[in-house]
Amino acid sequence: MAGSNSDTQRRTAAVPALGFRILFFALLSLAMMAIDHGRDNLDGLRRTIGVIVYPIQATVSLPSRFIDWSARSTISRADLERENNQLKVERLRTRAELQRFNALEAENARLRAMLKASGKVTDNFSMAEIMAVDPNPYLHSIEINKGIRHGVFEGQAMVDANGVVGQIKVALPFSSTAVLISDPDHALPVEVLRNGLRTIAFGTGEFNRLELPYLPNNADVIIGDLLVTSGLGGAFPAGYPVATISNINLQPGQPFAALEATPAAKLDRVREVVLISPKDESGKTEEHLAEAEDTDASRE
Amino acid sequence: MPAANRDPRQRWLMTLSIVIALALTALPLPGVMAPLRPDWVILVVIYWCLFGPGNAGVLLIFFTGLMLDVLNATILGQHAMAFVITSYLPLLLHLRMRVFSWIQLTAAIFGLLLVYQFILFWINGVAGDSTPLIHYWAPVLTGTLIWPVVMLLLDGMRLRTAGP
Repeated sequence: MAGSNSDTQRRTAAVPALGFRILFFALLSLAMMAIDHGRDNLDGLRRTIGVIVYPIQATVSLPSRFIDWSARSTISRADLERENNQLKVERLRTRAELQRFNALEAENARLRAMLKASGKVTDNFSMAEIMAVDPNPYLHSIEINKGIRHGVFEGQAMVDANGVVGQIKVALPFSSTAVLISDPDHALPVEVLRNGLRTIAFGTGEFNRLELPYLPNNADVIIGDLLVTSGLGGAFPAGYPVATISNINLQPGQPFAALEATPAAKLDRVREVVLISPKDESGKTEEHLAEAEDTDASRE
Repeated sequence: MPAANRDPRQRWLMTLSIVIALALTALPLPGVMAPLRPDWVILVVIYWCLFGPGNAGVLLIFFTGLMLDVLNATILGQHAMAFVITSYLPLLLHLRMRVFSWIQLTAAIFGLLLVYQFILFWINGVAGDSTPLIHYWAPVLTGTLIWPVVMLLLDGMRLRTAGP
């Protein structure tokens, strides 16, 4: 009796406070948004919560990982042999190409040294797997299974075997969120490989289309031109393929033509991505890479 | 029965259901289905505001919103604010809304989901993010349609775990 009495008292005391509590937390979140928006000042908090939600993300990606694993472990011997042969041929070919590349790289370094230019010629690579795609359909972003612990940093460039995929938006301790180049809010400084013409490629929200809104009607561009990163925005290293021009729509009344390009990377079916870190802080990134490979090996 | 309001088992069930809702939100869906995904977490939060208000503290609701922000990589505080404001009416009027027939309650949920999406929409607008409209309002409809199922499931679990 006494217990229920004090309980009702507590409740009647709590009801008037409800509005204030709601107001307090609403204002708190408003303040957090004001602090967080555009400047990433609340990264510490985001990372802490990221550690808490990581088990949820990992659990959710379990079914697809399980399907991958069972597909891998039930593969037939003939298939494996065929794949193995195919890989051997491919390895031979890439090694041959790499020899030429090594020579070119050395030559490039020599030429740069002669010019006394400080250029980053090669980059460090590390692999990451995609854990989940963002549930938000108008944000083209993905979760990957590498985080700050593996040397991932915000703004890091991400490619696949064919071209640029996107960049890291939020780096959490064990996982990261990356935004794809097809995201409507993403812009990427590119140049036309054929003649070095610079422009900016914008995402459209469609996986197979980028827009180039800032090229004049008389720009020297033809369908099929390859666009590569120009490295001028600072985030992406130069020279990675981005897209090929797919459609040129001249607009005589407008200052700019409407150009469209098809991304080189398969943005909607990529499963593994390669993270690129510039070699300048090489000691640090190599250490991180070694660490990441160690953890990979132990997991396998 | 006021004692049931602070039942630790119910609090445990509530946490579990919120975690499951977060997992359903993070679950990858095929492209066509993705815009139709209901907002599981707000549905579960509204349910507990109505049927377990003693356990549904504003701090917990706020923190759930923050977790959703991290999961969706949105501005930190966006979903938290939408959660806190949307849960105000069900927390305040839970005694009245509990005696609604299920059709009335579903209609009320439709209104609450509209408020929720409008807050998200408004914050995105202020923050300058691009927002195709159809993707915004489809979850309101699917959420309203799925609400009776969510309510039946959670009711079943809540009544089963309720103490004697």
